[in-house]
Amino acid sequence: MKELMLGNKAIARGLYEAGCSVVSSYPGTPSTEITEEAARYEEIYCEWAPNEKVAVEVSHGASLGGVRAASAMKHVGLNVAADPVFTISYQGLNAGLVIFVADDPGMHSSQNEQDSRHYAIAAKVPMLEPSDSEEARVYTKKAFEISEKYNTPVFVRMCTRVAHSQSVVHLEERNMPPKVPYVKDPTKVMMTKNSRDAHIRVEKRTLELIEYADTSDINRIEKADSKIGIITSSTSYQYTKEVFGDKVNILKLGMVYPLPDKLLMDFAKDLETIIVIEELDPIIETYCRSKGLNVYGKDIFPVCGEFTQNLIKSCLKEKIPELFSDVDIPDGNMIPDEIPMRPPVMCAGCPHRGVFYVLKKLDCMVYGDIGCYTLGAVAPLNAMDLNVCMGASCSGLHGFNLAMKEEGEKKSVGVIGDSTFIHSGITGITDISYNMTNSTVIILDNSITGMTGHQQNPTTGKNLRGEPAGKVDLEALCRALGYHRVTVIDPYDLAETERVIKEELSVSEPSIIISRRPCVMIKGTVHKPAIKANKDKCVGCKQCMSIGCPAISVTNGKVNIDTTLCVGCNVCTQMCKLGALGE
Amino acid sequence: METKNIMIVGVGGQGTLLASKLLGAALLKMNYDVKVSEVHGMSQRGGSVVTYVRYGQKVYSPIIDKGEADIILSFELLEAARWIEYLKQGGKILVNTQRMEPMPVIIGASKYPDDIEGKLKNTGAEVITGDFLSVANEAGSSKAVNIALMGKLSTLFDDIPESIWIETMNEIVPAKFLDLNKKAFELGKNC
Repeated sequence: MKELMLGNKAIARGLYEAGCSVVSSYPGTPSTEITEEAARYEEIYCEWAPNEKVAVEVSHGASLGGVRAASAMKHVGLNVAADPVFTISYQGLNAGLVIFVADDPGMHSSQNEQDSRHYAIAAKVPMLEPSDSEEARVYTKKAFEISEKYNTPVFVRMCTRVAHSQSVVHLEERNMPPKVPYVKDPTKVMMTKNSRDAHIRVEKRTLELIEYADTSDINRIEKADSKIGIITSSTSYQYTKEVFGDKVNILKLGMVYPLPDKLLMDFAKDLETIIVIEELDPIIETYCRSKGLNVYGKDIFPVCGEFTQNLIKSCLKEKIPELFSDVDIPDGNMIPDEIPMRPPVMCAGCPHRGVFYVLKKLDCMVYGDIGCYTLGAVAPLNAMDLNVCMGASCSGLHGFNLAMKEEGEKKSVGVIGDSTFIHSGITGITDISYNMTNSTVIILDNSITGMTGHQQNPTTGKNLRGEPAGKVDLEALCRALGYHRVTVIDPYDLAETERVIKEELSVSEPSIIISRRPCVMIKGTVHKPAIKANKDKCVGCKQCMSIGCPAISVTNGKVNIDTTLCVGCNVCTQMCKLGALGE
Repeated sequence: METKNIMIVGVGGQGTLLASKLLGAALLKMNYDVKVSEVHGMSQRGGSVVTYVRYGQKVYSPIIDKGEADIILSFELLEAARWIEYLKQGGKILVNTQRMEPMPVIIGASKYPDDIEGKLKNTGAEVITGDFLSVANEAGSSKAVNIALMGKLSTLFDDIPESIWIETMNEIVPAKFLDLNKKAFELGKNC
């Protein structure tokens, strides 16, 4: 049977077929659907963990307990999970353990463009890299086999184009391996001699894995009658095939760490020109050079951004004209006008809007975080000063205030979503209360993990499948961490929001403000009728436009409300002193 | 056969994903190799969205590059203008004449181009336009605009017979919206 599947869904299918029993992950584009789709199989226990470090520790625990287990995360999530990964590489496991990491070349939905292959090298963990959905399914199963045969966790690296492209997948049955009994083993405690022995074992394992890379069908040579050879993997392999078809020799790598030795030299031996085509950093290229091969790589292709078939053609044509001058690059026609951008915007009725409007009005320094509310940075709100990574809004604000002292404390806030707060904000606000800056952190509690498409989290009272679950009490948690000032506000009430933020900035102790309103996109959120525009009262002052609501526009000097978008949040009515907007 | 390229472009929230799902599934039924590449996450919040659909004997790249699309299906006027560069010389572009102003236009920082239809024609493209929002409303819901557009798309190329379109809708569209969507498809076809 065949089916058209997203790369991420194909991984879920692979997990099912491999007899995986436990999946623990934290959502992050472009990895989220792996866990969501895995949860459609009743046979697989799936959970959203508070963060990626916890997720990997959970799946490793399940592996030690004897069942196949996995975690999925985006590239920056692996930074968070790196700590357990490096030592699990030493300690090994019981049943197979696979970690899926999705890179985002082109940064469609990410704050940086890091290349996860560096982690495979640094942690000495083998890494597979599928180039389409069928390979995503097959490699997932292979990853478990490698994991168990070599006693190592295995990475499967995805990228946005493989994760979020659908291609044809062939389905197979689930094959459930027997549970592996847990046996106490004193060498599993990672200290002194045990760790030293483990490191020696890891180095030996890597040599064995190189032999696997040389002999397994996961890496393959596609022969052609040509003196040109291309070494590539992942989606770059697909672009290469699109450009050249069967006209050049290709070394298609399915395993990008460790890289093959003999296979590479066999491939190279009769070639006159070798070109490495890989997105992001020159990992394969550097390895080839270390083997004495003179290859083209990042001298002709960019390090930054995604590749396309046309990009590959134009780089080759420009930089190696003696071989590729006849490559045909199609071109289209544009219209003469400048096309306005259409950036993503906060939804009509988004509860974050009121908070950012007030912060802008008060001219605060806003240390933002990772989530939908990062959109508070775009026009016309322009309310966010900076962001770095999950949780930095809390700890970064503390550091900022250490330097700025009272000048900072009276004028700066950290802003963090509920899910991000649980992920990495708790330790940051603990630093504030423990080391005592008078910092103010606003938790935007919209009762969901929004940006990644509405996943439950420990504050929502529901688990991944939407069933009742434990619930973190944010107010009680903050008080327990040493905060005497914990205030809950409704961000639809602009006057109250402003009053509380002003007051908390003025006091000489740390404060938490919880801005509480569910995301309007959550199914079941009750919406009020759309706001009515009274054109007779409108003078076209555009004050209502300063909140950046996509449901409001002013044409011919009069306000319009798009009633298909408006959810009646009433924030705009508080902007209009003339009563032109009302219920 | 050579790989054929169809792009579906629009604004996040307009239902482009269901349209590409329907198209992809119908092509798979015709035993083509198919790849569909879509955008998730940040871009969906009212931003510009694009889906690439490619089919043929054997499809490699999941994306369509500039000058490669045989057909572009645009859910909105400005998005048609944005993506026209991706159309092959002599390609067809089907445009829903709905106009949705992006935030830079709403706040007065940029201008929504005028006479987009005429300018699209000047590129040499075969331009097919229609008010598919009205078609969808006539069928019973503005949300069926995606299926109304698919109805029209079905008349622009002949690799999928009508029976397969219907069969695919029966499988993909939730039962309670099926009659509505079939009506939108039919009305869109004749628009």
